[in-house]
Amino acid sequence: MTDVLIIGGGISGSAIARELSRYQLNITVLEKDVDVSAGTSKANSGIVHAGFDAKPGTLKGRLNAKSNAMFDRLAKELDFPFKRIGALVLCFDEADIPKLEQLKVRGEENGVEGLRIIDRDELMQLEPNMSDIAVAALYAPTSGIVCPYEMTIAFAENAAQNGVSFVFNAKVTSVSKENGIFTVKTESGAEYTCHILINAAGLYADEINNMLSERKLKIRPRKGEYSLFDKAVGGFVNHTIFQLPTNLGKGVLVTPTVEGNMLIGPNAEDIDDKADVSTTAEGHREIFEKAELSVKDIPYKQIIKAFSGLRAHEAGGDFIIGEAEDCENLINVAGIESPGLSSAPAIAEMVADIIKQKHELKENPDFNPCRKPVIRFRDLDNEARNRIIEKNPAYGTVVCRCETVTEGEIVDAIRRPLGATTFDGVKRRTRAGMGRCQSGFCSPRIVEILARELGVDITEVTKSVHGSNILIGRDKLIGDAENEKR
Amino acid sequence: MKNVDIVIVGGGPAGLAAAVSAKRHGADSILILERDASLGGILNQCIHSGFGLHRFKEELTGPEYAQRYISLVEELEIPYLLGTTVIDITHDRKVTAVNSEDGVIEIQAGAVIMAAGCRERPAGAINIYGDRCTGIYTAGTAQKFVNIDGYMLGKKIIILGSGDIGLIMARRMTLEGAEVKAVIEIMPFSSGLNRNIVQCLNDFGIPLYLSHTVTSIKGDKRLESVTVAEVDQSLKPIKGSEREVECDTLLLSVGLLPENEMSKRADVVLSGVTGGAVVNERFETSTPGIFACGNVLHVHDLVDYVSEESERAAKYAVDFVRGRTYAESDIQITPGSGVRYTVPFKINPHNIEDNLVIRFRVSTRYSDKRIRVLINGEPVMSRLEPALVPAEMQTAVISREKLNAIPDIRDIVVEVGD
Repeated sequence: MTDVLIIGGGISGSAIARELSRYQLNITVLEKDVDVSAGTSKANSGIVHAGFDAKPGTLKGRLNAKSNAMFDRLAKELDFPFKRIGALVLCFDEADIPKLEQLKVRGEENGVEGLRIIDRDELMQLEPNMSDIAVAALYAPTSGIVCPYEMTIAFAENAAQNGVSFVFNAKVTSVSKENGIFTVKTESGAEYTCHILINAAGLYADEINNMLSERKLKIRPRKGEYSLFDKAVGGFVNHTIFQLPTNLGKGVLVTPTVEGNMLIGPNAEDIDDKADVSTTAEGHREIFEKAELSVKDIPYKQIIKAFSGLRAHEAGGDFIIGEAEDCENLINVAGIESPGLSSAPAIAEMVADIIKQKHELKENPDFNPCRKPVIRFRDLDNEARNRIIEKNPAYGTVVCRCETVTEGEIVDAIRRPLGATTFDGVKRRTRAGMGRCQSGFCSPRIVEILARELGVDITEVTKSVHGSNILIGRDKLIGDAENEKR
Repeated sequence: MKNVDIVIVGGGPAGLAAAVSAKRHGADSILILERDASLGGILNQCIHSGFGLHRFKEELTGPEYAQRYISLVEELEIPYLLGTTVIDITHDRKVTAVNSEDGVIEIQAGAVIMAAGCRERPAGAINIYGDRCTGIYTAGTAQKFVNIDGYMLGKKIIILGSGDIGLIMARRMTLEGAEVKAVIEIMPFSSGLNRNIVQCLNDFGIPLYLSHTVTSIKGDKRLESVTVAEVDQSLKPIKGSEREVECDTLLLSVGLLPENEMSKRADVVLSGVTGGAVVNERFETSTPGIFACGNVLHVHDLVDYVSEESERAAKYAVDFVRGRTYAESDIQITPGSGVRYTVPFKINPHNIEDNLVIRFRVSTRYSDKRIRVLINGEPVMSRLEPALVPAEMQTAVISREKLNAIPDIRDIVVEVGD
């Protein structure tokens, strides 16, 4: 029996787990995938929004700006890449400038600092590749960019360091409550019991809630497609560029990523399949068409990857955070779509406060807010590189040439708390395979290192979930020879 | 910081040939930097034969071809570092590399020869949409897994793109017991050599669908099927022609890109057509003392030409180290009608010591056309070709005598004409 069971190892579940690990609580996170940050948290814009977009008074409005201010400290404590580069909301019609003003007022009501309207001249100075039709913009200097999966992994790792247990491949199949105790069953047949159940199941949060509460939720996936560009054009834009809605509907963004690529997207398409993260030609046409309103001469030749993510859109439109009215100690964290990533730290605090109101929580004297630092070879100077190679020669072997990731970093990513167990896990922790060749050269090496470190046969190494094996078996010749030997 | 006369980035066919040539031209200190654990580069995984017909007048496998040069490097006692990745090159030729034994190595090079080869165009760079599953690999990555590591990737294979590695892998996967269902090529002609189509596809009954492409991929965990469609003249999929083909593996052979990240750091100007450096007749890039040869310069069809080119580049690198000066190469060679690019991009006739060798590729298929070289608008070379294909690198040679006979060379054009 645990004190707290969290369903979902996305950004919400991971941030809550880390926040609650400040207290003397027995906490377990159940994640259906093989790794944290495997769903919506890995495929989104990676923006730490300033907080001007949401209506004042809503949870989104209340939490976003507050959370934004927490990022400098968190990025330092948890060692994840974060840059406060500022955002621009472009306006394409003089007649729409009052809408920028409204957005500014709304932002100020939400507590966003530094907002101002800038004219085309200043805009051109900030963004030389701006389109000819942009007339003005709202400038939000506090907006930032973050790597969403590195951030999630950082929270989860720190939570694990502070005693939280994570169980993977643990898809919840049923939840029930009797005598104040929740019983949660997973696909493998395992059973977990707890006093407090936190539903941070992302796209599936409605299903979890609806098993326990009569106040039914309905989450419909809203797909967004993205196009990722080579680092060679990472400086094409300097800020996160949004658009005021036009007659083409809600706009798309064009932004540098915190790792130095350029990202365009997302569109918004309501779909029914919660597992459908496919990309489409139509979706990409739409995001390119819209992006061309913001910037001109998009370097399409530099595209290295198409991907899509699903927003966990709840019919009510706002975050749903709080104890279910008809189910005590079930705390829902549902409908966490944009600005969910930005708000996660504040959401985690809010959840902790909700629990504190009902239960007396004792501080965990051993809580360490700092995650074990990550060595990123490419960011070190040569002196530091030599020091680390001397200690561990594996840091002198570059495995991923595009992103300059060394064997030492890959081994560390596997051996860390909550370490990588899959190819994608290594990718997200180290960026190996995420560069312009998209793992063409380094994948054989990474697969080999994973097999060695995990102590499994190389054919058992998977890309992600069970069944996504990269190799199917021995060559005919070698296989025959091995069989003969046997 | 240590000083080395000639630093060679890459120990594949280009780097090896350059090293041997530099030594034979009298270079005192040479260092090859190779990121892999052995010399030979991509040739090591090319276990098929067909290499060396021009160079050695015999048919060798990739590793055999590489070994000829590796043996020379060993005989000539040319130093090399393995497992060593170059992480920076400056415009004044400071080379920074790293390996597990020496840590970060900083070298002041007299001249640098870029011989880092090329990489494959990945799936993300071509417009295939659909599910995110395992089972999609570039042909070269598959070749490494199968030939070097000894593992199979799948059983039912579709190959997109008819580049040479794709064709070679069609045969290889078949020999390993996989069912290669088809090779799909978006262009109306193959981008691979004809001999590979005959030996790797026709001999094994593997169909090649020209003017077709893969429009989407389907699969939950592992690839389950791809949608193949015919394309129209503007390469757009034709509605109604789509059909789903069951497969567990998609191999991509959709183009090779010269790997010039380090060149860019050294301010080397690159060509938008080849992706390689803009070089003169001495294979010197826009950054003085930095030379380029092999697939890092432009993607070759045969390794034999890589060796030849690299040997010539190395000679000039040695000249540079010795302070020999050449006249400025300010006469452009312009790709005319039907020609995509030329190497070199510019020359000075006074610098040509024997022949001016121009390598180039045609932009589409031609039959019974002439390759012509015009100097100041006048043809100086003309050759009838029964068949010209983009897959084959072409060569035009103008003798020094012919060049010297023209007093005031203003422009040179290479074209395909009647």
